[in-house]
This record gives sequence, C-alpha cells and structure tokens, in this order.
Amino acid sequence: MREDLVVRARGITKCFGEVVALDGVDLDVAQGQVHGLVGPNGAGKTTLLGLLLGLGVPDGGELEILGSPVRRTLALPDGIAGFVDGPGLYPALTARQNLVALERLRGGGVGIDEVLAQVGLTDVADDRVRGFSLGMRQRLGLAAALLTRPRLLVLDEPANGLDPAGTRQVHRVLTGLAATGTSVVLSSHRMDDLAALCSDVTLLAAGRVVFSGPIGKLATQTDQLDYRVRVSDPTAARRIAEDTPGLRILTDDDVLRRPDVEALLVRGPEPALDDLIARLVGAGVAVRELAPVIAPLEAAFLALTRGSDASSRDDPSGDDPSREDPGRDEQGEEEH
Amino acid sequence: MSATAVTVSQPDARPAPVRGTYRFELVKLLSQWRIRLLFAACWLGPGVLVAGVSQQSSLPADTVFGRWMSQTGWAGTLVGLSFSGTFLLPLVTALVAGDVFAVEDRLGTWRHLLVAVRSPRRIFVAKALASLSVLALLLAGLPASSIVGGLAAVGNRPLVGLDGHLLTPAHAAVAVLAAWACALAPTLAFAAVGWLGSVAFGRSPLGLVLPALLALALQAAQILPLPVVVRAALPNYAFVAWHGLFTDPAQAGSVVVGVAVALVWALAATALAYAMFMRRDFTDVAYDGLGAGIFVWTVLPTVALLVAGVGMLAALTPASGSGVDKAKLDASLATAYGHLYRMQTTQLHRPDVTEAQLQATASCDKGGSLVEDVGPGNDWRCVVTWHLPGTKATGSAIYQLDVNPDGRYVADGDGPQEVNGFFQVRTPVGNAPNPLWQFDGSVDLLTSTSKG
Repeated sequence: MREDLVVRARGITKCFGEVVALDGVDLDVAQGQVHGLVGPNGAGKTTLLGLLLGLGVPDGGELEILGSPVRRTLALPDGIAGFVDGPGLYPALTARQNLVALERLRGGGVGIDEVLAQVGLTDVADDRVRGFSLGMRQRLGLAAALLTRPRLLVLDEPANGLDPAGTRQVHRVLTGLAATGTSVVLSSHRMDDLAALCSDVTLLAAGRVVFSGPIGKLATQTDQLDYRVRVSDPTAARRIAEDTPGLRILTDDDVLRRPDVEALLVRGPEPALDDLIARLVGAGVAVRELAPVIAPLEAAFLALTRGSDASSRDDPSGDDPSREDPGRDEQGEEEH
Repeated sequence: MSATAVTVSQPDARPAPVRGTYRFELVKLLSQWRIRLLFAACWLGPGVLVAGVSQQSSLPADTVFGRWMSQTGWAGTLVGLSFSGTFLLPLVTALVAGDVFAVEDRLGTWRHLLVAVRSPRRIFVAKALASLSVLALLLAGLPASSIVGGLAAVGNRPLVGLDGHLLTPAHAAVAVLAAWACALAPTLAFAAVGWLGSVAFGRSPLGLVLPALLALALQAAQILPLPVVVRAALPNYAFVAWHGLFTDPAQAGSVVVGVAVALVWALAATALAYAMFMRRDFTDVAYDGLGAGIFVWTVLPTVALLVAGVGMLAALTPASGSGVDKAKLDASLATAYGHLYRMQTTQLHRPDVTEAQLQATASCDKGGSLVEDVGPGNDWRCVVTWHLPGTKATGSAIYQLDVNPDGRYVADGDGPQEVNGFFQVRTPVGNAPNPLWQFDGSVDLLTSTSKG
C-alpha cells in the first residue's frame, strides 16, 4: 500500500469516435517521482497526459489525481500544471506578457522573474514570442507551468527542440522540482532524456501499457542486443565469435549505414558477449571498442513495441490521433 | 503496479474569474495587427471618404441619401450606413468574432487556456464579451467618423427625409443615431454567426469568412423578389428597415420587426455556438471542426429558424406578397411630392403653402394595363396632381418610379420641365438643385394595402 500516490489510474479507456486512444491503462505516479511516458506514434501518450491535466474525463476506468477522483472535465484540485501538444503561448505577446496573463488567471506562487531565470529566458523576457525558437518556447512553456508552484507537472515532450544547453537546463529544473516533492509526468521520444530524468517509465503501444516500472528494468526487457566490437585483428575475432555459443555475427548492412571493416557486429545476450570478450582477450586480440549499436533502452522500446505500429488497429494510418497536429507548425507564423 | 491507497480528497480548483478571462481575451484581440488596422480604418476611413465624396460633382445617387451628400452633412453617414450594412459590418464582424475561437486552434493554445481558466463556460462568455467589446469600439468609429467628416465638409444642415419632409439638424442627428443603433442588431447576429463558424470549423478559414459569406447570400436574397415575410425573416432586414426612421410618421413596424428578427438570430446562433463549444472534447487534439456534423449543427437550425420566422411574421403582420402595391406607392409619392413642392416653393421665394392646401394625389400604374399593379420594378409610371395655390386649377407632373424589393424607390421626374423635368431650378439667387427632379422614397412593406 502506498500513501504517496499523486496519480492513480486503473483501467483507463478513452475513445474518439471509433478510435480507441487508451485501452485499459494503469498508471501510478508517486510524489516526487519523475515518470516517463514513452511509446510510438498512436500510442495514446498525449491523450493520457490530457486526462492528467483534466482536459477530459476517461470513458472508462478510474482516475485519481492528488487524491481526488476525476469525474468532470477540468474539475481537478489546485497544484496541477503543464502542457500537452506543445506549450500554449501567444506569439503576439512577449514572454513576460504571456506569464503575466497566466498569473492573473491562476495566481502565482512563484515570481515571474524567478521562473524566467529558472529556464534561462531572463534576457528575452520582453521579446515577443513570435521570434522565439522552438526550444525557447518549450522553456517558456515550462516557466508558465512553474508559475503556480505545481505539485504535479505534466509535460508533453518538454525537450523538443532544445539544444544541449537547454536540455541540461530543463533537466536541472525538473530534477530540482522532483527533489522538493513535485511529481513530474513527461512524455518523450528521446530515450536518453528518459534515462537521464526518470525513475520510472510507462511504455504505451496502441493505447495499452506494455511496460511499467523502473527504467533500469526496461533495459533488461530484451535479451538480444546488437554490439559493435572493434578489435586489433578482425579476422581472428570473427572466427572466435563464430565459436562463441549464443552469439550471431551480423553483416554491416543489417545495422549500420556505413560499412566498417575493422568492426565486428554481433547480436546476443549479455552473458554471451561477456564470453566473447574473455575469449578475445584469451586469444590475444585487443578489444579497442565495445558499444551497443542501439542503446539498451531503445532496444527494449523497439522490442516491446515491435509490431504495435502495424497493429494500430484503431488508426489505420498508424499516426497518433492525438499527436499529428498540423496547426502546431504554424505557431511561429501566427499573429495573435 | 502495486495496490494503492490515495491521499485525502481535495476540493477542485476554482475557475479563473470571468473578469480576468475577459481582460486576457481583450489583450489577445488588441495585440493582433489586423484589429489595430481595423481600428484605424473604422475611425478614419469613413470621415475621409464622406468628406471627399461630398465635394464631388458626381454623387452616389443610387445609394439612399446619396443625392443629398452635397446638401447636408447628415446624408454622408447614412450612405455609409447603407454601404456598411451591405458588406462592411459583416466583414468587420467576421474578422473579429469569426476568429475569436478558431485562433486558439491555429495557435494550439486551447489546452493551455482551459488549464488556466478551468471553465469552458467562462471562456465562451469571456471570448464573446471581448469580441463584442472590440466590435462595439470599432463600430462606434463608423458613425462618429462619417458624421464628423460630413459635418466638416458640408455643414450641419437640415436633411430631406424619405417622404420629403425636412428634418432639422437636431432631428436628423437623433434619426441618424437611431439608424446606426438599428444596425447593431443584425451586426450582433453576424457576430453570433461568426462565433458559430469559429467553433464549428476549427482552424479552417471557412469559420472566419462565414459571416461575410452569409452576408453576401442574404444581400442577394434581399435583391430577389421574395415575399416580404421571407425578406423580413432574414437577419439582415434591419440593415434596410432603418429607412423607416426617415419618414413621418416613422415606419416603426418594419424597424421593430427588423431588430427583433436580428436579435432572435443572434440568440439562436449564440446558443448553438455555446452548445457546440461545451460538447467539444479537448483531449482530442486531432479535432478539426465538426466535419459532417456541421449540417446538423448549422444548416438544419438555420432552415428551422427561417421557417419559424416566416410563419410568425405571416401570422403576426398584415403583410403579404412583395409588400409593394399601387395604393402604397400612390400615398407615398403624393406625400413626398407635397413636402418637396413646399421646399421648391421656398427655393423660388414664392408664398408658402401647406400640404393640406396642395392636396397632392398620385396615381401609379405598373407596366400598363396588362400588368398587375403590384411588386417592385422600374416600370412604374405615376401621375401626381395638386391644387395650384391661389387658383382653382390643378397641376400635374409625371414620374417614372424604380421600386426596389426592399421598399425604397427612386422617383425620376418626367415633366413638365419647369416643375420636375430638369435637375436645376432658377432661383432669385441663381440656379439650385431641383428637389422635385429626382428623389428617394420608401414604402412600408409590412403594412397591409388597406393601410397604405
């Protein structure tokens, strides 16, 4: 029994007409946890985040946020902030005007200058958002979410468009929030982001949960990983790899765009790879590089969601019904 | 997932106040460059145009009151009102109200706004009020600017009404303001249609142009020889019904019906827009308007409203057919002639006569003996007779009438030349425009023939 759950979802379903966006989704988010939502297009991530923000109610199942059951649209306790489908900003207003408007509507627990400084936008506070890059908009969206000192922060792809420095800044803010007890639920396509930020992840595919738990456990969900081994003697290494039980040698074309004559590509479980390394060293072949071709998290993602794109049973196009939004590209051009 | 127990239930967050939401919507609207351009256009354009046109030798005589633009500063603003009702007001309304909801779809800001305000109802109210406020400020510029332009260019002089009677400048001012006020009702209806389109079509530009398209369609309908009850059941009828304010007595029935019908359309469209908005599921970010549901939500109610309006007007008013017939034209032309004859008498410095002394009568005929004397058309021919002051003889003059379906007509004098056959009269101080040569008149379409 856990008393500290900020989000508790059981058997959530959500349909848009005949499209089933969520199909029996369970989700637990504890206080102070950074929880990642990951999944291919059409998985239902944005729909689930929208429900956490109170933008709609589930068609079925139970959803409790901050201890309150969600029964009506927008009927949520105070302390929930965030954005889905991109940060909602008005391009004709300055960054500060956007935040002032929000502060007037919802009240502010944190000063505008403070949140602007937190996301590194102090210097452009009085510039119109129209001229902001995608990364700057993402950071301003985060600043808007921070204004009310939320207890639950819901972010849809917050790292979209961020440069490395911006990414680090956002990571710093989010981990700082989590350390003070704020729960964060974020979606991302970038597994490195999730690995850096999240303690737990939920992997959705075609509206269903295919994995939920600690991120470290996700990496072990596939026992077949592809590795590149760069050695001093490729010919000998190839011979040794062929003799190693459980390993399969791959051709370059299987996994690499550029052929690499000095590298050996192998696929197999970790113990088999350990065995290969021991054999190479024993045979006097120097191992100069050993690296996964695909990160373990990404490999696990691909393994768990393989076929889900094709099985997008409710959306023949395979696109996320709640993801493809052509209007988002127009944000920078709109005068409002 | 482990079994869980949750924390103690907490009260829901309160929605943001309507006042704050309204202020935010105003800020957003006023930050748009096109709204700022509209302000400049509405507050400066009419004055410049009216002042400029009033100084021209060729006046827009095909527009009601256009022929008087060089005579009084109050005519230009009424020409502006006629033009505004045809296209300008629906266009301005479209640009403001037709985009107030759709812009959130285009910017992808709906979810942000909902999370901030936490009440779709308050958002709808705030957006409607904010767009109405901006519209009111824009529309106030049209009469203000055109009145100032007209008075500055021509002067504060009496205005000739649509039955030939002379309105003093003070009365003209009241009537002009009342006429612009009448136009607010159909403008409100177009604003509501704008909200409806903005909600129904999402980011599609169709929502933005819906009021303008509707205005064009309704304008076309007003030109067609439709039965008067159909014409009066359309939301833009008040855009012509204000003509009735410039007769004595005023054609109050038409004005009231026009305003009431427009307000009913406004209420109906607002209610539909509100219902549609409240039904929308904002977790569906793929939403892009109602799609096939548009027929159910917009076309069917429009048809139902029109049918109900026609039925009500048919039952409650004595009007029938086109509303234009011989008796109404006879009475209207004779009245106008009597008033204008007195004006000409004054111009010529002749002894004043009263309308009662003149006992002017008119007899109109449409298209000869083979055509029934009803309905609009440019084939009306009328003979006006009156008693010459101080003699037992009667005078007569001929007019060709071009009668529009909306009840307005243009009487074109056909002689004798010294009475109504020439555009100028020779006065003791020189040539002056002949008031009996060509003039505008108006018949009340919603009265019965017997009343006419």
